[in-house]
Amino acid sequence: MPEPLDPTVMTAEPRLIGSRCSQCATVTFPRQGSCPRCTSVDVSEWPLATRGTLWTWTIQCFEPKPPYVSDGAFEPYGVGYVELPGEVRVETRLTEADPARLRIGMPMELTVIPAGAKITYAFRPA
Amino acid sequence: MSAVAIIGAGIHPFGRHPGVTGLDMAAVAARAALADAGVGWEDIEVAVGGSDSAGNADTSVSALGLTGLPFINVKNGCATGGTALTTAHAMLASGAAEVALVVGFDKHPPGAFNPLPEEWGIGAWYGETGLMLTTQFFAMKIQRYMAEHGISTSTLAKVAEKAFANGARNPHAWRRTPLSEDEVLASKMVNHPLTQYMFCSPGEGAVALVLARGARVAAAGRTPVWLRSVAFRTRRFGSFEVFSPSIPIESAPSPTADAAAAAFEDAGVAPSDVDVAQVQDTESGAEVMHLAETGLCEHGEQESLIQSGATEIGGRLPVNTDGGCLANGEPIGASGLRQVHEVVLQLRGHAGDRQVPGSPRVGFTQVYGAPGVSACTVLSR
Repeated sequence: MPEPLDPTVMTAEPRLIGSRCSQCATVTFPRQGSCPRCTSVDVSEWPLATRGTLWTWTIQCFEPKPPYVSDGAFEPYGVGYVELPGEVRVETRLTEADPARLRIGMPMELTVIPAGAKITYAFRPA
Repeated sequence: MSAVAIIGAGIHPFGRHPGVTGLDMAAVAARAALADAGVGWEDIEVAVGGSDSAGNADTSVSALGLTGLPFINVKNGCATGGTALTTAHAMLASGAAEVALVVGFDKHPPGAFNPLPEEWGIGAWYGETGLMLTTQFFAMKIQRYMAEHGISTSTLAKVAEKAFANGARNPHAWRRTPLSEDEVLASKMVNHPLTQYMFCSPGEGAVALVLARGARVAAAGRTPVWLRSVAFRTRRFGSFEVFSPSIPIESAPSPTADAAAAAFEDAGVAPSDVDVAQVQDTESGAEVMHLAETGLCEHGEQESLIQSGATEIGGRLPVNTDGGCLANGEPIGASGLRQVHEVVLQLRGHAGDRQVPGSPRVGFTQVYGAPGVSACTVLSR
């Protein structure tokens, strides 16, 4: 089974690894050692929800320069923010790259896509 | 606080200049600003300047003259010029100096900016998986904004059409060929909903300004343009910013909204008093959103304002009269000062073919940059 590109960001299950502030309940992604809202350092690891709704999106139509890892001929890909209810909005690759099949508010769920020989997270229409 | 005026403004044309370094362009702009102010480099008591990727501003003293003056280098992304201005303004207002020069310049290779995640506090995975692009951010921000506030793609195209029409009337602009709304819409899709001609390109250029206070303003003999305020802010928790792997569900005003509110308050001027405005238009959507974030209009009002031509030269609220970033390109260190340079020309009535009619009295500028910084100024005759 391929490994996550960055195991500090996600597990192979997959689950995204965030953090939650014990003082004000703010959830962040990726995990960090302090709370950006209340400045507390009393934060702990928090596995994020795997389902949410599409908050905004675009299609990346040109191939990014390195450090983007190219895997052959470039195909446009979707990018968006998915709102995980009560937690946070996560920036993510989307499995869907057809603008006609993306709309703000649609249900989405966590999945994985290849990243070279490893995997990274993405969201797909649920 | 002692009033501060801009008594000289100089520019090196924007665009592509093979064989000319960013520092060369900075020296050209500085000499032009000094000549415009009628002062010599030896009269400058303090200088502040910067670029993002074209070298240290203070090394321009080897071209301008080794007078021993204090020269502060600043580097603050797209807010570099605004930060230079903030610093010089504070030094003059506090009485630390009477005449200052600010300079901003840059020289970038063609193609999208290519920032490294590690320099922005983000893991390498963010760049490797294709998320580290400013173009994506602006596309996703305007996509959401259009859905919430009823902005059409036609309006996005009209912003670009206006920019290139204004650029065609500006001898210092890079892109001087008018493009119709249809041509903008038909250009290659870059990041949905934004097409190629709705984006500015990284470029080259330099701008310098001479600032003065007290008796030195009258002595310069130029019609002074008063720098009524300059405000600079970073992002707050809850604002939607570039290079954010996540954003909170609770929302907060943008750094642009905060900086603009502070600039208007410090100046004692209302947004409705503004006769000419320059706002950051790294792409069409940015101009639309920044118009409302700065308080120059209500959210959603841009659709009727832009469709009716109100933001054109000759309209009720002329915006980006020199063609903005879209027609001038984006040399990061220079853009914020280009906006101020343009307002100075407009308030003096020296803007040539692109002069706003009716003798404008109050001008406003706003820049925005990664990772969520903004600088705004209010200027008046």
